[in-house]
Amino acid sequence: MKLMFESSIPGRGCSILPACDVPIPALPESLCRKKAPNLPQLSENDISRHYTALAGRTHGVNNGFYPLGSCTMKYNPKINEEMAALPGFTAIHPLQPEHTAQGAMAVLYQTEAALCEITGMDAMTFQPAAGAHGEFTGLLLIKAYHKYRGDNQRTKIIVPDSAHGTNPASATMAGFTVVSIPSQADGCVDLEKLRAAVGKDTAGLMLTNPNTVGLFDKNILEITQIVHDAGGLNYYDGANLNAVMGVSRPGDMGFDVVHLNLHKTFSTPHGGGGPGSGPVGCKALLAPFLPGPVVKELQGQYHFQTPEQSIGRVKSFYGNFTVVVKALAYILTMGAEGIREAAQNAVLNANYMMKKLGGVYTMAYDERCMHEFVMSLEPLKKETGISAMDIAKGLLDNGIHPPTMYFPLIVHEALMVEPTETESKETLDEAIAVFLRLYETAKKDPQTLHDAPHHTPVRRLDEVGAARNPKLRYPF
Amino acid sequence: MNAPKELLYAKSHEWVKKLDDGSVLIGLSDKAQSDLGDLVFVNLPAVGDSFAAEDTMCDVESVKAVSDVYAPVGGTVSAVNESLIDAPEAINKDPYGAWLVKLTDVSGLENLLDADAYIAVCGEE
Repeated sequence: MKLMFESSIPGRGCSILPACDVPIPALPESLCRKKAPNLPQLSENDISRHYTALAGRTHGVNNGFYPLGSCTMKYNPKINEEMAALPGFTAIHPLQPEHTAQGAMAVLYQTEAALCEITGMDAMTFQPAAGAHGEFTGLLLIKAYHKYRGDNQRTKIIVPDSAHGTNPASATMAGFTVVSIPSQADGCVDLEKLRAAVGKDTAGLMLTNPNTVGLFDKNILEITQIVHDAGGLNYYDGANLNAVMGVSRPGDMGFDVVHLNLHKTFSTPHGGGGPGSGPVGCKALLAPFLPGPVVKELQGQYHFQTPEQSIGRVKSFYGNFTVVVKALAYILTMGAEGIREAAQNAVLNANYMMKKLGGVYTMAYDERCMHEFVMSLEPLKKETGISAMDIAKGLLDNGIHPPTMYFPLIVHEALMVEPTETESKETLDEAIAVFLRLYETAKKDPQTLHDAPHHTPVRRLDEVGAARNPKLRYPF
Repeated sequence: MNAPKELLYAKSHEWVKKLDDGSVLIGLSDKAQSDLGDLVFVNLPAVGDSFAAEDTMCDVESVKAVSDVYAPVGGTVSAVNESLIDAPEAINKDPYGAWLVKLTDVSGLENLLDADAYIAVCGEE
């Protein structure tokens, strides 16, 4: 497919602007370009076809099943988009006077209240643009808290080795030293290893619960207590909140700060630039350190305030605001019962698929899962040479986006499947049939799977070449 | 499973080759390269760096993940195989030829496994 630059025809365009009816001010020469920017010149029709063709070469939740583990690729209800497109939300400016933007501020205020209720937190910021940005912000809150108390020796963040890779990366970015503790075979925290790791230098612990293999850590209260007793704080990575929202709350599990992924759990678009939104909620003890401004209500009017000991801004203005509008639309559509039911159905769908595939595929953990489960293709690979990657490519030929591959690292040849609650039994049954058929193909005709995908716009990609020699810019 | 008899091994899947001058070469076992998949980057330590056994010595990146490589024995880096920086695929093609690091002042050789013991450990995983 041609790039836009390659389709460009000199002189073609689609900007139909009226003649300028005000004097054009002269700009200082130092601010002017030496030559015109090298932009593609296309008609509106050309552009529309270009993007439609691109869309035709992708696979999204709107195309079909997308069980990408740990990413919660749920359906994005259209009412969210309708609400976010209301002119009261789109035709406003972040710098206009507060009294003229009360509706938008009410959205931030109400969403904060709803998400604090769901997570068991006391206050929230919407500035972080996505999950890892939220992690970074949450860790800065922990850092500011210890520093404010003059407790400067707390420089270490404990992260289990089953954690998402962003956890140690965010902790390092925030200036902490990462202490990695080995998980138990089931991905849960090893209490003895945790006890041995905590001390006067512990700033905090980062944890996902349910954990990264889809199991709920039953020792969670003891885990958070061990960290609190040592003087540290507990950080909840909200990546897997979809399994428990409306059922159990990080705040009640002993967590002090959480980030959420509105683009996962709260049905706003995910992937392709989303954009995302990674609000950070915290207990009252961390609220004075939140990024500013936050919305407060005073005598029926909303105001922006910057908390006393604020760590400062982590993004311009109020974060990805219209994403928050979409999340609020979702929360209000679902209601308290719907939120809980979504979590329950997410867990039910995952267990249904796991049970149906379990007799054939090898489950890494053969017990009831939460919202996702992990299979190990290692036995199949040993027997037939067909790897998790080959099965993933075979799924593409069947119109299914592959599960997360080769993660978590503690399971060899891992495929991590998260169906989400928005898939029907019919869709799950079709996907199960495809998985089982591919298993048969692996045994009878492995070459077909080695050569897959056969029916996608591009065949198997050169991953080594892409990693070693990425082409990141267009040579004009 | 390919694990030459003349080499020693660590449970963390590094091999160790004893040289006549008392130094050792260290690389990744065939099982390690097979589990990692196609390697795309190798980060080597600096000559002069010292490690205790089980310290993180360097890291390798495959199409699947970035993984730490642990020092199977203690010692000081006297040379690194710089050719791997431009050709990490050599580890996939010839795991027992593509050494990563040469260590001197070696300690802890007695804790390593011979080929049979290493194969047995891999069988349990």
